[in-house]
Amino acid sequence: MAKYNLKINGKTRAVDVDPSTPILWVLRDHLNMPGTKFGCGMAMCGACTVHLDGNAVRSCSMPVSAVGKMAITTIEGLSENAAHPVQKAWLEHDVAQCGYCQGGQIMSAAALLKSNPNPTDEDIDAAMSGNICRCGTYLRIKEAIKTAAKN
Amino acid sequence: MENINNDSTQAPPSGAGGLSRRSFLKSSALTGGGLMLSFSWFSEAKAAEKLSELNLAETWSELTGYIKITPENVIKIFCPNPEFGQNVMTSLPMMVAEELDCDWKNVVVEMGTHDNVKFGAQFTGGSNSVRMYWKPLRAAGASARQMLIEAAAQTWAVPASEISTKAGVLSHKSGKSAKYGQMASKAATIAVPKDAKTKAVKDFTIISKSKKNAEGTKIVTGKPLFGLDYRVDGMLIAMIQHPPAFGMKLKSFNAAQALKMPGIKDVYSFKLYDEGFEQGGFDTRTFNELLVVVGNSTWEVMNARKKLSVQWEPAGDVKETMMGRGGKREVTIPGRLETTSKQFEMMAEFAKKPATQLRKDGDPEAAFKNAAQVIERTYNAPFLAHNTMEPMNFFAHVQADKALVAGPIQAPGWMEPTLSKILNLPADKIEIQMTRMGGGFGRRAYAQYVYEAARISQKVKAPVKLVYTREDDMTYGIYRPMYTATYRAALDANKNLIGFHVTGGGIPESPIHANRFPAGALDNYLADSWEIPSNITIGAFRAPRSNFNAAAEQSFLDEVAEAMGKDPIQLRLDLLKRAKANPVGKNNDYDADRYIGVLELLKEKSGWGKPENAGKKRGVAAYFCHASYAGHVVDMVIKNGEPYVEHVTSAVDCGVVINPDAARNMVEGAVVDGIGQSFYGALTHKDGAAEQNNFHNYRMIRHNEAPQKIDVHFVENEIDPTGLGEPPFPPVFGAVANALFKTTGKRYYNQPFSVEQPQS
Ligand code: FES
Ligand code: FES
Repeated sequence: MAKYNLKINGKTRAVDVDPSTPILWVLRDHLNMPGTKFGCGMAMCGACTVHLDGNAVRSCSMPVSAVGKMAITTIEGLSENAAHPVQKAWLEHDVAQCGYCQGGQIMSAAALLKSNPNPTDEDIDAAMSGNICRCGTYLRIKEAIKTAAKN
Repeated sequence: MENINNDSTQAPPSGAGGLSRRSFLKSSALTGGGLMLSFSWFSEAKAAEKLSELNLAETWSELTGYIKITPENVIKIFCPNPEFGQNVMTSLPMMVAEELDCDWKNVVVEMGTHDNVKFGAQFTGGSNSVRMYWKPLRAAGASARQMLIEAAAQTWAVPASEISTKAGVLSHKSGKSAKYGQMASKAATIAVPKDAKTKAVKDFTIISKSKKNAEGTKIVTGKPLFGLDYRVDGMLIAMIQHPPAFGMKLKSFNAAQALKMPGIKDVYSFKLYDEGFEQGGFDTRTFNELLVVVGNSTWEVMNARKKLSVQWEPAGDVKETMMGRGGKREVTIPGRLETTSKQFEMMAEFAKKPATQLRKDGDPEAAFKNAAQVIERTYNAPFLAHNTMEPMNFFAHVQADKALVAGPIQAPGWMEPTLSKILNLPADKIEIQMTRMGGGFGRRAYAQYVYEAARISQKVKAPVKLVYTREDDMTYGIYRPMYTATYRAALDANKNLIGFHVTGGGIPESPIHANRFPAGALDNYLADSWEIPSNITIGAFRAPRSNFNAAAEQSFLDEVAEAMGKDPIQLRLDLLKRAKANPVGKNNDYDADRYIGVLELLKEKSGWGKPENAGKKRGVAAYFCHASYAGHVVDMVIKNGEPYVEHVTSAVDCGVVINPDAARNMVEGAVVDGIGQSFYGALTHKDGAAEQNNFHNYRMIRHNEAPQKIDVHFVENEIDPTGLGEPPFPPVFGAVANALFKTTGKRYYNQPFSVEQPQS
């Protein structure tokens, strides 16, 4: 066990966990923040995507010991009340089916737009292809990203 | 309950218990109404939670089992069926709201609890939700509206017939008006009308007008909606170690190392069902004896599980007692450790043996004997894993005298009798809560993971959440079966189709339907079927048999059309016109007219045969299943050296479309899923062990492989609505296969197409 003070969604949260514990499980089990989802546990599906200092990372495959001073943003912290342009665009296009993958999709999309405010279709494919949507909402996701890019 | 069962063409199998004994008794006492139309002044803890969000008084008037209204005019509508992405939490309440004639903006939707008396069968699957609830939910809304009118009539001392409603407001020609909320408490004291009139389709103001997902905001803000998100204080985490291969069982284990790991509470083996347990149709289990690790947190349990030292041994043949379809019977599950290549060989051998005849019209033998040309093709498909994004999981808290279970489940009513038996608790002491599901596709109709969670909680005497990792989920599945089918067509010297024969089978079930198209359209028709028992567990998978058949049959028809020198859509239309004008046989399970309608719409919207599309590599397929009709035209190109579906045109007839934008979303999803499964889907085995266990070796369709555009068109009619979960999915496979032929010049007979060695 080891103590960590993590910067999450603008607050400092203290946890006492095994250093190998992935950020995903620290969030879900120890901090009761279940917006970040478990899909594969091996960086293959993107359901667990969070931002680390603004970059999209797969939280299932990054141990808490590697976070250091970097700031974590989760889907719960992306905005108050779905005010982030990506979330708004998701609602406008009514993207979700089951919804399970969508937190991860939104986090990947938000990171993409931050670094590339006007992505081409190819840019979107490249940035988003790590995020699986088993329900097949890919077309709406792409449309929503383009809408968010406009705003 | 009457309405619900009468309306269903797919009654739950007997033994699985569509209605529990408890609910049957209660609903018998409620004769006279198809619905439970209870009403009372009502205030409850759950409403209070919602109310605090809305900042309202804690007073709800319950107008039927489905509707509660506050004095402030907030209208809560309960969704009876579990949501797995098919939009029921929006579409079903829309039906209630339509007949209640309220303003959709004032509606809040809540998932109903499991209560078969109040809410009917509560089964999500078989594209049944909209179809089963179309009448009862509109009746509930219409009854409540009439009760509100009656309350206003009494209050204003005017005849009820002079009161009209619009968008949640009651008005009388004298100028009096009131919002529903103002009349709700009085309305709740009025007798429930038996025959409230429902609207004509042309008068709909909510149905057929797109409404956003009722849980959209919660989804995009990461609210805890799913089973995996469920937690209570003091909850433990459990993970199961199952045998490494189908046909193996536990021999012995040593948990000393695992028990020393931090946070671990218990490691033990348990049996899911006791000796002689009679399995219902949806009690499917993969292995009966399992090892379980219980501890404080997911990561700790995952790590401890790796420290188990376990010996497994061949299980040999296993005898089981099955209930369900066909009544009680003893079955022997073979102990064979299966390997995919051998399974295909075995299927090829079985295909040569005499099979069970499902249907015979005319004299097919003579037709084939006299044929100038016989076309024969064989199609194969592997097992498919569901791979719902949310792996299987369930919460259970079993105490001495009661139990609470909560999580993602498609058919709570079928689980209840089994839970009652295995926990030895009366059914009315078991509360089942349905969370939102991170996908289902049929997998969550089989609830062995619910029983496992309940058994574990009962043993460790604590609230427990059972979690499957992706590896558990994929290798410990209830798969889409392996299938094969051989189609034969007999052509005469003038290239007329004079005979048709399909023979098919699978491991462990056959895909062949006796009475599907093209049966009914051909004078000489033969269908037969065989099955090979197996220890690999299988079940529903977005119309498992249909999705295979639509691939095989619809690519075969393409080849037959080519041999006949006919346009593929025209061949289908000619056959359907024959089936409409002068059907062969009596039990054809499709409506030729609606099938034709979908093909005509598809032809028009895709510009099929238009000169401007002459250069496109296009494939077409259409199929009927689960009461709806669907077809697709797929446009394929070569992108980065690989076949890529760039554009899809879809046509669907599902009757009245409840929520058009969500319906389009379902069709788009089915298209993407169909492309993905037909190109990449495969779960193979070596000596009984699954060869794929996570997304690095089970390929899923991804963003860059999805089409650029999917145009979805619905046939416009006023026919009672049917479902969309399954029907648009199967024909995608056939359309993709046919487009592949146009693109590569080769026919693809074996799924998945991306790894097949095509035959020219
Ligand atoms: S759970 Fe992290 S990428 Fe799948
Ligand atoms: S919406 Fe279900 S997995 Fe994406």
